[in-house]
Amino acid sequence: MKDLTLETLVAVFEELYGATLFWSLVAVAALVTAGYLYVLIRDRAMSMRRFLWAQLSMPFGAIAAVLFVLAFTHSGLGDLGGPIDWIVLLGVALLGAGGTAILVYTSQTLLRASPVVIRRRGAL
Amino acid sequence: MDWKHDSLASRRMILGLAAGAVATASLGRSAMAQRIKTKARIVIIGAGAAGTAIANRLALRLEDATITVIDGRRNHVYQPGLSLVAAGLRPAAYVVSRTTDWLLPGVTLIEEPALAIDPVAKTVATAGRNTLPYDYLIVAPGLVLDHEAIEGFSLDLVGSNGIGALYAGPEYAARTWAAASRFAEKGGVGVFTRPATEMKCAGAPLKHTFLIDDIASRAVGAGRYKITYAASADSLFSVPIVSEKVRMLFDERGIKASYNHVLKAVDPGRRIATFTTPTGDKELNYDYLHVIPPQRAPGVIRQSGLSWAEKWKDQGWVEVDQATLRHRRFPEVFALGDVAGVPKGKTAASVKWQVPVVEDHLTAAIQGREGTQTFNGYTSCPLMTRVGRAMLVEFDYKSNLAPSFPGVIAPLEELWISWLMKEVALRATYNAMLRGKA
Repeated sequence: MKDLTLETLVAVFEELYGATLFWSLVAVAALVTAGYLYVLIRDRAMSMRRFLWAQLSMPFGAIAAVLFVLAFTHSGLGDLGGPIDWIVLLGVALLGAGGTAILVYTSQTLLRASPVVIRRRGAL
Repeated sequence: MDWKHDSLASRRMILGLAAGAVATASLGRSAMAQRIKTKARIVIIGAGAAGTAIANRLALRLEDATITVIDGRRNHVYQPGLSLVAAGLRPAAYVVSRTTDWLLPGVTLIEEPALAIDPVAKTVATAGRNTLPYDYLIVAPGLVLDHEAIEGFSLDLVGSNGIGALYAGPEYAARTWAAASRFAEKGGVGVFTRPATEMKCAGAPLKHTFLIDDIASRAVGAGRYKITYAASADSLFSVPIVSEKVRMLFDERGIKASYNHVLKAVDPGRRIATFTTPTGDKELNYDYLHVIPPQRAPGVIRQSGLSWAEKWKDQGWVEVDQATLRHRRFPEVFALGDVAGVPKGKTAASVKWQVPVVEDHLTAAIQGREGTQTFNGYTSCPLMTRVGRAMLVEFDYKSNLAPSFPGVIAPLEELWISWLMKEVALRATYNAMLRGKA
């Protein structure tokens, strides 16, 4: 790499996925994150029940991300050769786990009403 | 309630990071925005990796300049992908795009081959009888594969008769895989060659050897096939430390190295390859033969008087200063990419490092000053050793290793991350370079 600036990286990712798909993926990631922040602010509390489901989904997200990357790159676990490879694989797993957790938490929350509303309904 | 403060704090941090990122990106853009006004006529011969990248860089840097690219080929080939096509990992279409897809609006393309260069009159004549005067000329036509130099060989043989030739282009790389995959399934004797001339990506003959060995070991299985790598010189690679590492890997994998073997003739009927060796001609039987012919500068360059007179007499590379890529006798002429008469560096990675240097010296000349950037011979070769692993080999003119990620990606280690770079990230980086963005 000659100059690894953010602009170069964005240009490379645009080429990798195609500009439309790349920015759509960025938009989806931003929307899910925004949705997560929205429900956090709206509810002023984290629902531990939903968080439990989110946590339970994490290993599946991690494994799915790793399997996807290995299949997409014609490689297997046996090809991991040095520490940096394990770090990259761990990074992929963490991204998969974190992404899935946020997605599961947010979708549960957005699909149902806020716990405050539920509590109020219960009080009525 | 602590988590809430934390989440707010981290939100602020994220917003801060995002703002920082945007600021960095816009800084990069404003640096590019200082355009130079000039009426200079710049002619670029060749719309390959080097020609396209420099044309687009100049179109971004210069205002009112006339930038003309001359190339008769309608297709642009992403040549670093040919090794992947020849190992069945990508279809031929993966490496093919249209020349016109890449050039920015400020660049004029003449879709004809260049026929003659007159560096004294400063003109280029094209096959369509156009004569273009220039103030600056960049020669980047690539090189030609001299298939005729190998007796008995012709390109129609590729794909059948157990013959492969991946350098010859996308279709031939796909046909190479047809022949190589038959070998990987049936076994037998595989012979892999490289020419004695300078060549583009000297790692590619090794990559093909390693990949087909790996694929055969998984298909027909060990013991059912043998591989010989015929090195043209007394080493496996021009950089001694890399050559030694490859020798060790060959030993480990049971690949036989035959030194000082230069392919001279092929008898496809009897499946015999003849090599010139210091002790006379030697014949080797093969079930699969990978042919890479001698490589030379195109005729238009060799007839123009731009080539080195005392070096590479049979090859005709352009006589340029190896640090500035500027012609040693005609200062308004530069050479980029494969055709440049410099040691090593016939790779797209070298092009990526060469382009900013020529851009610097050319724009400096337009402004009446001297450029400051130099090219140190950097080249890079993600040397694939298995399907799933590669060594990221980077070096310079002095055969010093020049790792981009020291301490993170070890240069002579077979790693998955280096494979990921080659298989996934490289074409994207290459495309960004073509657009003048990287």
